[in-house]
Amino acid sequence: MADARIQVPPQVRRGENFEVKIAIRHAMETGYRVDEVGKPIKRNVIRELVCKYNGAEALRVDMSSGFAANPLLQFWLVAVGSGEVAFEWVDDAGTRYAERAALTVAG
Amino acid sequence: MARRAAIPLALIGAGAALCVSLAYAQSPAARAIPLTELKSGLAYTGEDVRALQADDFANPGMLWVERGEKIWNTPAGTSAKSCAACHGNAKSSMKGVAARYPAIDAKSGRLFNIEARINASRTGQQQAEAFAPESEDLLAITAYVNYQSRGAAVGVAIDGAAREHFERGRAFYYTRRGQMNMSCATCHEQNFGKRLFAETISQGQPNDFPIYRLEWQTMGSLHRRLRACLYGVRAELLPIGSPELLDVELFLAWRAQGLKGEAPGVRR
Repeated sequence: MADARIQVPPQVRRGENFEVKIAIRHAMETGYRVDEVGKPIKRNVIRELVCKYNGAEALRVDMSSGFAANPLLQFWLVAVGSGEVAFEWVDDAGTRYAERAALTVAG
Repeated sequence: MARRAAIPLALIGAGAALCVSLAYAQSPAARAIPLTELKSGLAYTGEDVRALQADDFANPGMLWVERGEKIWNTPAGTSAKSCAACHGNAKSSMKGVAARYPAIDAKSGRLFNIEARINASRTGQQQAEAFAPESEDLLAITAYVNYQSRGAAVGVAIDGAAREHFERGRAFYYTRRGQMNMSCATCHEQNFGKRLFAETISQGQPNDFPIYRLEWQTMGSLHRRLRACLYGVRAELLPIGSPELLDVELFLAWRAQGLKGEAPGVRR
């Protein structure tokens, strides 16, 4: 269920730079905390995130417990054609997530 | 000598407190902060926090709002009905609703906040299990419903059956408690705008809940925030959804009359 929100511009021109944003709902449990009875809470952070633009890898992030909970990433790409910006990420628990956004390139 | 002087002073103090409570009993409209001087907690945060709340993409609370929208449209329970099956589009049907809560539930006669109202619909209409207090799903659907009251002026009814809840809430608000021997009013009526270490004390307004609190690194309800205050003054931590916290929630909503809804808020 709604684990991430992606934002790309509604339309970009070919060759132009455009900003991509992704906000992910994830506790990013650091592994350094204990619960109310003192038992350590197991680390569960997003380990790796990959962004593909029309199938080609555009960004790969090695994440760790230094990231805040519910991380927000933003970066720029060059518009080469209409298609999709697709994200995939995996956390320590081994859960895989995927989310994508459609992109329209004019010209 | 000093000790002797303390007794009459204490008596005067008790007398003054009695006068105050009598004055409140006689004029229900007595407000410590005039309506024109009410300020959302946002006014007491830093510029960075204000920017984070104002940006609908960067505001982390919007992740819960979006999840809440999915819950709204997903059938649940043995009725296999979604919230939308009865209430339709939340954008119109829930507009301004949260601004009128807490309110007395006509059927049970009990005081409901939005969380209790949602769970009553879950167990009653949807025939589904109630969401656990402070669970991700309850925070999400609450955030989604309260989001529809963005910009709506807070205004709750305190007459009829709500009256006794209101009075109890007000008494709670002005009662000193905990090892620090402080009431809610000590900070939020007598000292707002001043510093408490690195923090600026706010008026303690409830118009932006549930909030994403950076200290928590997650969303939290008003009751969770109230518990944080109780913890701060080293008082007994009341359970989330307890009658005492519901009563004080009603008093806070009355106290915030006219403030515009801001959910989901972001706070330090």
